[in-house]
Amino acid sequence: MEPSISIKNLALSFGNLNVLKDLNLEVGQGEFLVLLGSSGCGKSTLLNCIAGLLDVTDGQIFIGGNNVTWEEPSKRGIGMVFQSYALYPQMTVAGNLSFGLKNAGLPKAEIEERVNRAAKILQIEPLLNRKPAALSGGQRQRAAIGRALVRDAQVFLFDEPLSNLDAKLRADLRVEIKQLHQQLSNTMIYVTHDQIEAMTLADRIAIMRGGLILQLASPNEIYNRPANKYVAEFIGSPTMNFFDGEIDAGAGTFNSQGQSFTLAGYAFEAGSAPTGPAWFGIRPEHMVSGAEADSAPVRMQAKVELVEPLGSDTLARVAANGHTLWVRLDGQISIAAGDELAIGFDPARANIFDKTTEDRL
Amino acid sequence: MDNVNQNASAVSTEMVGPRGQKPTKVFSRRNIMIYGTLIVISLYYLLPLYVMVVTSLKGMPEIRLGNIFSPPVEITFQPWVKAWAEACTGLNCDGLSRGFFNSVRILVPSVILSIIIASINGYALANWRFKGAETFFTILIVGAFIPYQVMIYPIVILLREVGLYGSLTGLVIVHTIFGMPILTLLFRNYFASIPQELFKAARVDGAGFWGIYFRIMIPMSLPIFVVAMILQVTGIWNDFLFGVIYTKPDLYPMTVQLNNIVNSTQGVKEYNVNMAATILTGLVPLLVYFISGKLFVRGIAAGAVKG
Amino acid sequence: MAAARAPARWHKNISAKIAAIPMITTALVVFIGGTAWTVLYSFTSSKLLPKEKFVGLAQYDRLWSSSKWLISIENLAIYGFFSLIFSLLIGFVLAALLDQKIRFEDTFRTILLYPFALSFIVTGLAWQWILNPDFGIQHVVRSMGFENFDFDPLYNPDIVIYGILIAGLWQGTGLIMCLMLAGLRGIDEDIWKAAKIDGIPMWKTYIFIVIPMMRGIFITAIVLIASGIIKVYDLVVAQTGGGPGIASEVPAKYVYDSMFLSQNLGQGFAASTMMLVTVAIIVVPWAYLEFGGKRRG
Repeated sequence: MEPSISIKNLALSFGNLNVLKDLNLEVGQGEFLVLLGSSGCGKSTLLNCIAGLLDVTDGQIFIGGNNVTWEEPSKRGIGMVFQSYALYPQMTVAGNLSFGLKNAGLPKAEIEERVNRAAKILQIEPLLNRKPAALSGGQRQRAAIGRALVRDAQVFLFDEPLSNLDAKLRADLRVEIKQLHQQLSNTMIYVTHDQIEAMTLADRIAIMRGGLILQLASPNEIYNRPANKYVAEFIGSPTMNFFDGEIDAGAGTFNSQGQSFTLAGYAFEAGSAPTGPAWFGIRPEHMVSGAEADSAPVRMQAKVELVEPLGSDTLARVAANGHTLWVRLDGQISIAAGDELAIGFDPARANIFDKTTEDRL
Repeated sequence: MDNVNQNASAVSTEMVGPRGQKPTKVFSRRNIMIYGTLIVISLYYLLPLYVMVVTSLKGMPEIRLGNIFSPPVEITFQPWVKAWAEACTGLNCDGLSRGFFNSVRILVPSVILSIIIASINGYALANWRFKGAETFFTILIVGAFIPYQVMIYPIVILLREVGLYGSLTGLVIVHTIFGMPILTLLFRNYFASIPQELFKAARVDGAGFWGIYFRIMIPMSLPIFVVAMILQVTGIWNDFLFGVIYTKPDLYPMTVQLNNIVNSTQGVKEYNVNMAATILTGLVPLLVYFISGKLFVRGIAAGAVKG
Repeated sequence: MAAARAPARWHKNISAKIAAIPMITTALVVFIGGTAWTVLYSFTSSKLLPKEKFVGLAQYDRLWSSSKWLISIENLAIYGFFSLIFSLLIGFVLAALLDQKIRFEDTFRTILLYPFALSFIVTGLAWQWILNPDFGIQHVVRSMGFENFDFDPLYNPDIVIYGILIAGLWQGTGLIMCLMLAGLRGIDEDIWKAAKIDGIPMWKTYIFIVIPMMRGIFITAIVLIASGIIKVYDLVVAQTGGGPGIASEVPAKYVYDSMFLSQNLGQGFAASTMMLVTVAIIVVPWAYLEFGGKRRG
């Protein structure tokens, strides 16, 4: 099937500053793509380029098979939702939804029908005659989505739409956006710096850094097989534990600070283990403790330094063989700072990265 | 048929059609409109200054024969010398220099006194909030809207009672009074934006009203003092009404003297001297404006808040 | 333990109260006292010196039958109307032009604002010279061959107030532009993006979205311009001296002339009271909307 959005060799620079570099991206019909990265990585810039709010320096953008590189934003067949909602404050919700359509010269009946349909989908019918100032954060968000909805756009662009909301509301609206996507099956591109939003919403995540896409894959793949050390550190909380050391391909072991442990079970990208300096990463939740640790392929004796009970689980910072590691433990475990703790893990769940390129091995 | 379409769309997603930067001309219609309008309007705004300068550098014969926009054929600084040192107002023929020094003598104490009083007012209002403070502040702000003409004469009487009518001291007091509403507002808002915790911490440490004012508030508020100074220097230097009412001819500030020189009905009009005198009078606020740059904008924006 | 009792109320914040004495004095004596005094004495027949000889509304009768006052009022109305319209219009258009991410923005802003640093006296004298029919614009255009070109606003009683208006706008629009620019900069950039995606042309975005969002700035600007209009005095004194004849008189000048030149204090008080009433008519509804509304909200 033809991709819904196709970006070819896109570049954008402001003077000497290259914000986007030779970027290629294809988004399938009805796909939910999340652009994820820390601030300044170019994710919002990319979204603005797709929307036509920024003129690109090089490359092409296709939406629905049409080359829209030079097209006006309003003629690209997109709807957009902004972080600040950007609702027109002196118009009612209905006015906000219909203003663009009126301007495009649509017949009155059709405008009314579209507004009502969008209001029904978003359940904001009772709010249509209110002004944005009289709405709660979540309601404003829905009105902003409504404005995109009435445009009958094939593609929805979201620019950090939940960042201005408190944690509880953010979780609720996340679910709503996901439901909306299931209901409408439009193509959606969603920019965020929040990894939970990215993991929960996305069909695929594009992790960006310095104007480049570091990895474009499903949330599962990103979590389990990060393409490089940056992605591995960016996803997951607490962040992945790293051992600095060397792979001994002959012995099939990883040597770090005098300790040596087996790499049996780890699937190397190249099929077999290369020798050389590397980072060995293991997520806190992939570490086991106590009796389970005894049967783990790699075992260590650790001393608990700090405990953070979260209820559902417990985070512990431990010192083992001169490493500081975070371990995610059962929520009901009773440990305290100073306790001795046996920990272990299975190298099959690890992530190994080249020391210099930081790419996955 | 389907196949053909399929191929066509496959081709269309290859590198065909528009690519890269949208072609924009430097001389697009939009740019010509924007820059053209701005340049024409800028020239219009610069015109009076230009005309004043060229006129002041011409001799009277050249002014009578030529046009006011043409640059001087023969540059002469004589009008400037005359405006500064020889031009007559009434019986005094020592030029605008007298007005200049009068204005300086009015300006310096007025600026200092008005800023001291207003900053203390603002501090008391923002941090100490004694009973009734807001009422007096409201009266002050409402007072800023009362036309000066309403209060002119009562002040004449008050100053006459204390023997200050017609003196520079009297005028300094008048400037302090009429500068008070806007400056107090300025300082009050600024002090209120300083975290209250700082004030509370100082009180816990045992500092009193004056201790906090001098050791915490003033050092933290230099920018607002500069803004207030810009506001007052231009405002007081440019004043005409109070100068003409509350001083005597010997003590007239520069603006009043300038008006008397230029609009005097006696003698032959010397337009070059008049223009030199006009520029001289405008020089102080212009210098303040060009040196202070963005702070000036901030000052007038703050001043605008009063309205 | 009695010594640990809270000090008496008047003693509380005593330093702050002492420090506020100048403010309290100004507020009570000058602003309230002075205003009340002037209003009160506008009902007297004071001539050279204030006298408590009350004559009811006689001063107001005289005022409203004086042609000089009527011309002053008419001039103020014309000047005020056009000053308000053009200041807002020019100020907003200039601000919008400067807000187009242009180069040399600082230079343009510096040029457009510098007249505001100059006094009305300097402004008036500069424009008096440019509008001088024998040397200024009229002379230059005539010498280019247009012998019948007439442009002598300062010497033509019918249009003299427009000559003053030209100078007033030159001096004051920069300030309004700065205010408007600050207002435009305060508007969320996403609003512009949203309007672009909705396909709304730029001029429509300004008129239907941006200007309504700048309501507060417009009100501030209007109040500012209006209070400047009522105070207009120096400009007239410098540019025309009220002439030709009494064609460019304004109320503020009427007050000054009555009080200090024609020794007719009662007239001056009555005229200044009328000015106060005019200001109240403008300011009170605004203050009610601005602050009354806030307190309720």
